[in-house]
Amino acid sequence: MTYKVTEEGDTSTVFLDGEIDMDKTEGAKEVIFPLIDAGKNVNLNLSNVQYMDSSGISVLIESHQKALEKGTKLIVKDVSKSVLKVIMMAKLEQILNLE
Amino acid sequence: MSGSSTAQINHNEKKAFLVKTSSLKDVRTFCREVFEKLEIDPSLKDELVLAIAEAAQNIVKHAYKDKPDSNDIMVVEVSCMNNELKIAFYDRGTPVDPQKVKHRELDNVKPGGLGTFFIQEIMDAVEFKDGKKPWINHLVLTKQL
Repeated sequence: MTYKVTEEGDTSTVFLDGEIDMDKTEGAKEVIFPLIDAGKNVNLNLSNVQYMDSSGISVLIESHQKALEKGTKLIVKDVSKSVLKVIMMAKLEQILNLE
Repeated sequence: MSGSSTAQINHNEKKAFLVKTSSLKDVRTFCREVFEKLEIDPSLKDELVLAIAEAAQNIVKHAYKDKPDSNDIMVVEVSCMNNELKIAFYDRGTPVDPQKVKHRELDNVKPGGLGTFFIQEIMDAVEFKDGKKPWINHLVLTKQL
């Protein structure tokens, strides 16, 4: 997994890339959590994530809940078809902010 | 979940992997390659790979929870006979109590507890069998193609 972060005002956009499994989740959290802790709104762009398992889904849930606690917002953007299928299988499309 | 498929090929292939999180990608690659040979529908292939990867992850995460530095191997065996796909997992970790293998309720949204749900949702059958020596755990996932 690789990533890129861009900043615009109080919003950070995190572009994740590759396959997100249990081996990669700590890396993803290390990128996303500090931004939320700093009070940033976070756009999480998943257009280049072609595979995500339950560990990756847990990162989305944790990030979403962390943002709610901090009074910021996490938006999951441009989700690839394969990852959207997993999100929908977990019935999270109404829970997560998807765009 | 289900998907149409085209597999008509009888096949058996297995591979050993170190019980490490870093092996999960290799497990997926192995399964994708086998499913290519079996000419399984791409949509179903993605689901099957997810189920298999979740099962392998459970071995690393649960059966080897107390042995993170182990150099043990797990074996994944994919076989297809008369359009019945079977994926067997063999490991020597802590014995699994099938009664305790449960997923969380979907409306109780919290991190974790979804891997088993994905496996059950995708596969037709999930069986925990007695592992024959040298194995301790023997899990078999089945899907009618």
